[in-house]
Amino acid sequence: MSKTVPYAEGIDANVVRDHGLSESEYETVLSIMGRAPNLLELGIFSVMWSEHCSYKSSKKWLKTLPTQAPWVVHGPGENAGVIDIGDDLVAVFKMESHNHPSYIEPYQGAATGVGGILRDVFTMGARPVANLNALRFGAPEDPNTRHLVSGVVSGIGGYGNCVGVPCVGGEVNFHPGYNGNILVNAMTVGVAKRDRIFLSAAAGVGNPVVYVGSRTGRDGIHGATMASTEFNEGSEEKRPTVQVGDPFTEKLLIEACLELMATDAIVSIQDMGAAGLTSSSFEMASKGGLGVVLDLERVPMREDGMNPYELMLSESQERMLMVLKPGREDLARSIFEKWELEFAIIGHLTDTGRMELRWHGETVGDLPIDPLAQASPEYDRPWQPTVPARPASMAGVDSITWQEALLKLLSSPDGASRRWIWEQYDYLVGGNTMQRPGGDAAVVRLEDAPSKALAMTADCTPRYVEADPVMGGRQAVAEVWRNLTAVGAVPLAITDNMNFGNPEKPRIMGQFVGACQGIRDACLALDFPVVSGNVSLYNETNNQAIPPTPAIGGVGIVSCDKVVDLAFKAEGQPVLLLGAPEGAEGHWLDCSLYLREIVGREAGPPPVVDLAHERRVGDLVRALISEGVVTACHDLSDGGLLMGLADMALAGNMGVRIHLEGTPSAFALFGEDQGRYVLTVANEAEATAVIERAVATGVSVRKLGITGGTELMVNGEEGPTVAALREAHEGWLPAYMGA
Amino acid sequence: MKTAILLFPGTNREQDIIKAVTVAGGKRPSVVWHRDTALPEGTDLVVVAGGYSYGDYLRPGAMAARSPVLNAVRTFAADGGCVLGVCNGFQILTEAGILPGALVRNRGLQFICRDVNLVVGTEKSPFTGGYRKGQKIRLPVAHQDGNYTADAETLKRLEDEDRIAFRYADANGVVSDETCLNGSLRSIAGVLSENRRVLGLMPHPENSIEAGFGGTDGLPLFKSLLETLS
Repeated sequence: MSKTVPYAEGIDANVVRDHGLSESEYETVLSIMGRAPNLLELGIFSVMWSEHCSYKSSKKWLKTLPTQAPWVVHGPGENAGVIDIGDDLVAVFKMESHNHPSYIEPYQGAATGVGGILRDVFTMGARPVANLNALRFGAPEDPNTRHLVSGVVSGIGGYGNCVGVPCVGGEVNFHPGYNGNILVNAMTVGVAKRDRIFLSAAAGVGNPVVYVGSRTGRDGIHGATMASTEFNEGSEEKRPTVQVGDPFTEKLLIEACLELMATDAIVSIQDMGAAGLTSSSFEMASKGGLGVVLDLERVPMREDGMNPYELMLSESQERMLMVLKPGREDLARSIFEKWELEFAIIGHLTDTGRMELRWHGETVGDLPIDPLAQASPEYDRPWQPTVPARPASMAGVDSITWQEALLKLLSSPDGASRRWIWEQYDYLVGGNTMQRPGGDAAVVRLEDAPSKALAMTADCTPRYVEADPVMGGRQAVAEVWRNLTAVGAVPLAITDNMNFGNPEKPRIMGQFVGACQGIRDACLALDFPVVSGNVSLYNETNNQAIPPTPAIGGVGIVSCDKVVDLAFKAEGQPVLLLGAPEGAEGHWLDCSLYLREIVGREAGPPPVVDLAHERRVGDLVRALISEGVVTACHDLSDGGLLMGLADMALAGNMGVRIHLEGTPSAFALFGEDQGRYVLTVANEAEATAVIERAVATGVSVRKLGITGGTELMVNGEEGPTVAALREAHEGWLPAYMGA
Repeated sequence: MKTAILLFPGTNREQDIIKAVTVAGGKRPSVVWHRDTALPEGTDLVVVAGGYSYGDYLRPGAMAARSPVLNAVRTFAADGGCVLGVCNGFQILTEAGILPGALVRNRGLQFICRDVNLVVGTEKSPFTGGYRKGQKIRLPVAHQDGNYTADAETLKRLEDEDRIAFRYADANGVVSDETCLNGSLRSIAGVLSENRRVLGLMPHPENSIEAGFGGTDGLPLFKSLLETLS
């Protein structure tokens, strides 16, 4: 930095660098301020312009995602996405990462991830009705993995179980690419009355700015800045930037906020998430085009001797900021006091467009709001398109029998049952859980419209995205759509949680750009807009980036009396396969779980997602389900046809006999061709009717066989019994975690 | 039947109980705040619902057991009133000394949410009259501290006085220490008070009242209460 650059007292180039601001960003700070910022002001610029808060690397590409549909009430830009679900109700949902903190301190990192996403949803006036999560851990052999799984799972359970929101679904992968950077993505779905949605834009000069919830401590200072850099050997030292969660206070905060929201007292409300009081106050004032004065000594503090810098940057949990209508302060105070929560009027709105921070009457910070909140840097980072993987060698693919291969896949880290995880989550509280974890999508009945339910799921196949970000991004969205369809739901919208490495590297930025393109293609083709999301970059340790992981969460709506699950229901029911490629049940083994786990080769391009085919098959399946013809349904994904049939057999505790057109090759049995569903129907007449419908719709269909018996049989060859399947499937994770 | 549900800060299954009572055909329960010192006039049944009262800080149920409303419940129970404590409610009732024994951390130390097989120990109570002694039923559990323990003398009294309402069992209805999911002594999942008018249990009958939403094996408990108390 040149010698002419001005610094305020106590600040130099090192302090600026420690605040994560580049030289050119500091120049911009100077021009916005018209003078050198003091330490408090510098700290505020630092967090507001961190990647985590500003989306400076990703904004340009996120803008290309489709966000509109007639049922979208609020798309990205609010705390969470809002969609119309009929009956004067809306679903409010979002998925958000808490990756960096969870690696450093898995229990608290994961717990506060759940707390943060819950607040994003209830701050909009919605009661949270379900939680989901998408987790990625390193290789099982990595010495840290067991500790991280254990900590993250108990953190999610410890928080969610206490607040009383059922945790109904999710997904987990293990891969060495996450050894130094696990991913913890938490999703909350809430429901509100359509005319009772609360937004964050402040209004009304002179209106009181009110702080509620927990007291502010010194925890989590600069957490947002931490989440915007790579990890290295010294990351352990960042432990103090991880916040500590208190789910009990969160539960009280939910009840108190919803009680106050039932009155007319609130003008606007915003939770204090990353960058705490700084981002919440800037966000509210900026959206309202107003200014704000804060008297920081009035902020409820957990310990003595805290200063304005710490108060503005603390990421203490379970806090909210709101603007009240004048004269409603006492009403609001009485509700928060009833719930034994802090309540403090800490400032008021002004028409200056500036944020004035005062400490016992003295002005200690004075910043223009708009340039800071809205004119944060936006980069068009150089990017390099990912070269799609070349087809993998198929040598050795048939070196093992299908019976052995199936058992091996079912007991592989990515194929094994996740029961050990979800049984640590209360997935029943509320009494509305219709489909529990372990199926294609969770289904939760609507309390205020009990004949209907929301279906929800979270999915991504990182190995596909790594091999081809465009196709992998497309596949993640398509799989979500397919999982919602498989329970009979109409898919409505998604939230995207983009987890990538360092965007300053063109190769990584290329993965991000590719995935956005794939997501965009799929959203457009499937009428499935993005309504909320979160970006987590810099998931790298010692220069090693994670596999690109755009986790997609989706929500759909279904009538309770139409919901189906994947369990075989009765002996003798015909089994049908819809959507298979020409001339085979399946054939795509490149990039498959089989190729990786059985042959030991992680290579090849991901299966092609033909979006027109996807839509045609899915729309037919949904129609058949809604007509009541389908007795069980499951979409095919990891491990292909045979893994799918094993899932259905396990869920129904019943065997199945199938006959393939050709020989039972690994390609047909384990290929991961996209857009396929297995259905069962009650009898042969129904099967014939479905086949006729499919043919008329241009959807490939074939009768595979019939349910029954205690084992899985293919072309007359005896396979594992359901009991053997269960032992393989259920055994791996408890054994691994107990070892 | 007039039902009152206690609401502590951190209670989270009160809506589930309200649903269960109404699905069983009862009137909508009233909700009693933890600072209240009296129960609503004419209360027939008090339900202490599940959740994390006071965050389960200190010990599950320990603080709720010392809250103002519990004095009213203690008097109500002593006068022969019917009290149902589910999960955290069971923990509160033992902490309050209204039921004997204690609930400690599960044997495996983890939170467990799953359907479990239970055997009905007695049909002689307002809660279990809708079942047959020895009947195998299936209810969900969702707890981390459900490991029932008591001294030998208490256990003997519970057995001798036929006060063990439910026991954990395997899929065939066989009760054994090995298959008991949380380590509870004698596989105890629920116990009755001496006058048989107070029941505490760890499983959640209120989450098993509708087909498609966890089965209906919990419904007879609420129907039996309605028949007895209406």
